Amino acid sequence: MCLAIPARVVALSEPDTALIDVDGVRKRISLALVDAVAVGDYVIVHVGYALARLDPEEAARTLALFAEAAPAPLAATGTGP
Amino acid sequence: MSDVRSDYVRPVDFKRGRVDMTHGAGGRAMAQLIAELFVHEFDNDWLRAQNDSACMEVPAGRMVMATDSHVVSPLFFPGGDIGSLSVHGTINDVAMSGAKPLYLAATFVLEEGFALADLKRIVVSMAAASRAAGVPIVTGDTKVVEKGKGDGVFITTTGVGMVPDGVDIGGDRACPGDAIIVSGSIGDHGVAIMSLRENLSFETGIESDTAALHGLVAAMVASVPGIHCLRDPTRGGLATTLNEIAAQSRCGMVIRERDVPVKAQVNAACEFLGLDPLYVANEGKLVAIVPQAQALHLLSTMRAHPLGRDAALIGEVVEDPLHFVQLETSFGGRRNVDWLTGEQLPRIC
Amino acid sequence: MKYIDEFRDGALARRLAAAIAREADPTRNYSLMEFCGGHTHAISRYGIKDLLPANVHMIHGPGCPVCVLPVGRIDNAIELAGRPGLILATYADTMRLPASNGLSLLKAKARGADIRMVYSSADAVRIARDNPHREVVFFAIGFETTTPATAVAIKEAATLGLGNFSVFCNHVLTPAAIANILESPEVRELGTVPLDGFIGPAHVSTVIGSQPYEYFSEEYRRPVVIAGFEPLDVMQAILMLIRQLNDGRAEVENEFTRAVTREGNAKAKALVADFFELRRSFEWRGLGEVPYSALRIKEKYRSFDAEARYGLEYRSVPDNKACECGAILRGVKKPTDCKVFGTVCTPENPIGSCMVSSEGACAAHYTYGRFKGVPVTAAAAP
Repeated sequence: MCLAIPARVVALSEPDTALIDVDGVRKRISLALVDAVAVGDYVIVHVGYALARLDPEEAARTLALFAEAAPAPLAATGTGP
Repeated sequence: MSDVRSDYVRPVDFKRGRVDMTHGAGGRAMAQLIAELFVHEFDNDWLRAQNDSACMEVPAGRMVMATDSHVVSPLFFPGGDIGSLSVHGTINDVAMSGAKPLYLAATFVLEEGFALADLKRIVVSMAAASRAAGVPIVTGDTKVVEKGKGDGVFITTTGVGMVPDGVDIGGDRACPGDAIIVSGSIGDHGVAIMSLRENLSFETGIESDTAALHGLVAAMVASVPGIHCLRDPTRGGLATTLNEIAAQSRCGMVIRERDVPVKAQVNAACEFLGLDPLYVANEGKLVAIVPQAQALHLLSTMRAHPLGRDAALIGEVVEDPLHFVQLETSFGGRRNVDWLTGEQLPRIC
Repeated sequence: MKYIDEFRDGALARRLAAAIAREADPTRNYSLMEFCGGHTHAISRYGIKDLLPANVHMIHGPGCPVCVLPVGRIDNAIELAGRPGLILATYADTMRLPASNGLSLLKAKARGADIRMVYSSADAVRIARDNPHREVVFFAIGFETTTPATAVAIKEAATLGLGNFSVFCNHVLTPAAIANILESPEVRELGTVPLDGFIGPAHVSTVIGSQPYEYFSEEYRRPVVIAGFEPLDVMQAILMLIRQLNDGRAEVENEFTRAVTREGNAKAKALVADFFELRRSFEWRGLGEVPYSALRIKEKYRSFDAEARYGLEYRSVPDNKACECGAILRGVKKPTDCKVFGTVCTPENPIGSCMVSSEGACAAHYTYGRFKGVPVTAAAAP
């Protein structure tokens, strides 16, 4: 529901603030709701606060799951139903 | 004793001075401001003649006139300011009929207390834009309103131009089967402005795309005189412009999301704020609707011009009794691209 | 954009659509509710319905905190903004919500109220700091995703000793809303609204974790799959729900593992627990009074509670008689079942909240889905 976006942490500063980047757009956000965030981490940002660290391994695993759940069709026919 | 020359007139203080009610009163202060700022910067014989009107030679044919008011805030933004915007905006409106813009008029409503340094900066910018475009500002007007009744400065520009023979461009001329072409990336201007808004500030390298498009239009019309529609999508973005044309031409449209050029940073900024780039303002782009058979030729003409390098064919005009504009999403589905509702506001949900 | 674009891949979408079509049992219907407004928006924006088989139905739930805000609370906000010298800071989502007497915050602003749109609660605190001689109220709305942001703001204001800052708290709770739907007569007894499973909210779950949904799957025997916000996430979640239903399982599964754990964000939860407590009851637009579904500021932080500070009285305002938002929010009716949909009630002139928020079922249908069923052809090129 709430509009939140994964963003890369490019710099940390006091107190509890980070500079994040999404494709070249940068903003200062608060880290008051998370712990142990490092430069290079991705965080989910909502209304100016990081809510969670994004787990890159789980992200990769989820993408693999998409591809796995649906083996490519034999013939390149139209879309699903 | 003083060594002051007998004919000394104290010049307008452009460093620290501010607009006051005398500048709009029609008296000496106003005349001095006009002479030292507007006439000096715009620098042409019409203004130097000091008449209330300008007399110009015009070739025979069809004349086009367009006018626009400019109330943008903030006044100065990456890539431009209210001055350059006002010159480009009206030149573009004239050019969108296929006409060659010839002359501009400019009126200023100044708020009491507005810094003359800022006014000068704006006028210098207008003069530069006008010179670069080859379209002189030949007449104008200045008024001053009390503090609190204006937003610093409002500028209105009016322009005239002549339409070449054989050119018939209008919003009602789109036909089913026509190709829809956009001259470059969308959403730049709106994002550049929004990045400066208080309480929203984010850093981005995005600059406003404000530009005079008449040179591009001239090249386009010369290569494809049979263009059906031209329009520059300003407020309300590409979506609004397409909906306007669809309504005027009584047809529908289908555009492809993956073909619409959007800069990565503009996309990212829109994601942050929950905005749709299709609805974000542009100030230096145009939409062209042209018979399918001439689409590729027009595209290559546009791409050869500096303001059309990223031109792209984004969709087609279709028969549709409801005049909807539809988008084929890069995801594979289809959805409506409706008129903009109210003002596009950033959201949390 | 990393971690966004990959989850919007059209080719993978078609493959997932094929898998859903293959695994959906043609002899039955699947009625799945996406609780969260963000999922409603994603489904509309990406045309996911187009990719689902006819026997898989998506029902829009009430997970849009803007949509469920009752008129009476917006009236309170307008009342606050009308106090001389007071600055009301709000998320932009609330600006066009229709209130009583044809007003809205946007209209109140046009009449001179000092209402400022902010991106973050931190901006509201900054406004209070920069304007020490003016009262500043932050209009706090949202589910559990947004509540921690308000907690941080109050904490910051307390640390800075800002005596001019307070919060008008309208935070609501997801599990309570889900329970309310499952307990509704149409669902529980009458069975007139079939509801087989839920797509659980993405970012709310980042904060509260997947654990709170276990109660629903156990007590009501419905599967819940927590899904990320991107369209591939939603489609994967639909596939997982179909599998659970086919297997006769009713479990909580997590598709959004890259951001959601079973426990959620302990730090954020602790902060919320420090500043807020449950209200015994709270009115939700369309759902009526829902017990233990909303938060208020704790006694020890009373000075930051705008309701206490300004003696706000809540007056319940019934919806327009023709408005079907309530039924739509519960999934009982569709936007097109509403007599005023698309005619009197449009995004330009919304009667009810489902039309105002871009994630409301009515706004989504009006903006994205109205054209479906109308044949469209391109003329052959001459």
